[in-house]
Amino acid sequence: MQYKSQAVARLYFIAAIGLFVAQILFGLIMGLQYVVGDFLFPAIPFNVARMVHTNALIVWLLMGFMGAAYYMVPEESETELFSPKLAVLMFWVFLAAAALTVLGYLLVPYAGLAKMTGNDLLPTMGREFLEQPLPTKVGIVVVALVFLFNITMTVLKGKKTAISLVLLLGLWGLALFFLFSFYNPDNVVKDKFYWWWVVHLWVEGVWELILGAILAFVLIKVTGVDREVIEKWLYVIVTLTLITGIIGTGHHYYWIGTPEYWQWWGSIFSALEPIPFFAMTLFAFNMVNRRRREHPNKAATLWALGTGVMSFLGAGVWGFLHTLAPVNFYTHGTQITAAHGHMAFYGAYVMVVLTMISYAMPILRGRAANPGKAQVAEMWAFWLMTVSIVFITLFLTAAGILQIWLQRVAATPMSFMDAQDQVALFYWMREWAGVVFLTGLVVYITSFFVKGETAKA
Amino acid sequence: MNPGQLALAETPALRPGFAIGAAHSRQPPGDLAIWVFILAELLAFGVFFISYAVTRLHNVALFDAMQLTLDRNAGALNTVLLIAGSWCVARAVAAIKADRRAAAADFLLGAIACGGGFLVVKLFEYSAKFEAGINLATNTFYMFYLSLTFFHFMHVILGMVILLAVWLKARHGAYSAAEHHGMETGASYWHMVDLVWLVLFPLVYVMR
Repeated sequence: MQYKSQAVARLYFIAAIGLFVAQILFGLIMGLQYVVGDFLFPAIPFNVARMVHTNALIVWLLMGFMGAAYYMVPEESETELFSPKLAVLMFWVFLAAAALTVLGYLLVPYAGLAKMTGNDLLPTMGREFLEQPLPTKVGIVVVALVFLFNITMTVLKGKKTAISLVLLLGLWGLALFFLFSFYNPDNVVKDKFYWWWVVHLWVEGVWELILGAILAFVLIKVTGVDREVIEKWLYVIVTLTLITGIIGTGHHYYWIGTPEYWQWWGSIFSALEPIPFFAMTLFAFNMVNRRRREHPNKAATLWALGTGVMSFLGAGVWGFLHTLAPVNFYTHGTQITAAHGHMAFYGAYVMVVLTMISYAMPILRGRAANPGKAQVAEMWAFWLMTVSIVFITLFLTAAGILQIWLQRVAATPMSFMDAQDQVALFYWMREWAGVVFLTGLVVYITSFFVKGETAKA
Repeated sequence: MNPGQLALAETPALRPGFAIGAAHSRQPPGDLAIWVFILAELLAFGVFFISYAVTRLHNVALFDAMQLTLDRNAGALNTVLLIAGSWCVARAVAAIKADRRAAAADFLLGAIACGGGFLVVKLFEYSAKFEAGINLATNTFYMFYLSLTFFHFMHVILGMVILLAVWLKARHGAYSAAEHHGMETGASYWHMVDLVWLVLFPLVYVMR
């Protein structure tokens, strides 16, 4: 690596992969609970497994983004990190907060956890994805602010590139929108309205900027294409993302008690949300085709191309599938949403973090790329995980279509639970696809320990 | 490496009249990136226009009645202003190709003034509607009218900001007959803003 302080990224990447494993294990537990309702009951009820599954995902992606930023920013700014010590300290604070929160979820009943952690002082808990107790939320804000301070100071004292500016915009936006998790009005419409400012404006807004910046950084490194060309693409993608994504928030406002015009605004703008993702796919393939060098790290290039394709399919196509108001009238809150959620999170954010880890980790370990055998293992992991997520998505889509038909379209509609029994076959198939995913993850982790000849970084 | 810039080499120094489009060049004028952006914008407006047309088909009586409550004269005046603005931008590009730098800057200023005039007229129109108690929830026609015209309004502002940046650079002598890539880029965007209005005005204000 070019700058000593980039080494802090390694801690973040290792912890991210650790939490990734936890996320997948709890995913398998709850996947089984869909068909074997009392599996592990009462030790791990469904709602707890779900909380751990989703929160672990968010936290490990945040860890991945932070690690990526600590790796990229010194190299982009051509200067050491403002304070590597602060970065290490914040890592341990963040990890401790995450671990305590997960233990809290697992060991204490949720209502008791709320009481213990001062939820009556400022009620913020009990909302999907924002279940974290108040001290955890405050901790996230502190860690994010210190992290942003560290990164911003580094950029300010060094060179300012388009990539680091877009990355900063995304990271500041991420911190800013998280503040809405503290706003919890009694009015349920308002509650939901601003809840989406965290959830939607993260994944369909500022996170996309982080994604674009990370992808652009890795593509410059592995292809050697001119920075000027890559930055121009980045600007186009960022603009398209913001235009479609911000007003596209409206696709969550169809049925929550907001005025009717949101059905139009949400449908039209979110229908265009696949465009920036498509631009990203074109971008990745174009740059790799125009490459001026053969980087020894083939696995990182594969992950980068995979991010382009899978984010377009998962976020773009599967999002479009149910984004128009007349369609969403039927699909709202069914397994179609779950199908989209799985492929979008994997295709966009999981893959971009793994792209960064794949590129940076060998360098952090003192070599340009992993030995050939290790890369082959990593590519096996790529295909196992990617193909199984495609199947998870397809099975959930099938479950969703059947569920919608039985529950909402048929002449004599079934109740929710009756319809769930009818789609159980697809839940079983999803669970087996999940087992393949776990196998892929095990292969992925093994690839870090495969030894062989390597060139110096 | 930038494909948009490849066009530069073949740009002739001087072309008479309105021959703005580079007749011998396969590249569109300006930067390729702005064309990706322009196409995305046109797609967004296109989807909006089609939604309007389809919805109107189901509510012909409402749309026809509501259309009569619009201020057509203000719309016509704004059409003239935007076309005049586009003419100014076209003259500015022609002027810079003849290396008449001061004239190019003046024409850009003229275009910015036309854009400003458009915004003023539109604000008068909006204030009359808001005084009449009209909002997005009044009915489907007004939902479309307000959404479409406001979305376009924001684009006029963005177009003016781009022209302003080009004007500032032009005043500092950044463009010449040999190098006016940036000005063509800004001009292309402005023509898009104008083009959208040329569809929007007849569609929403006039056609029955």
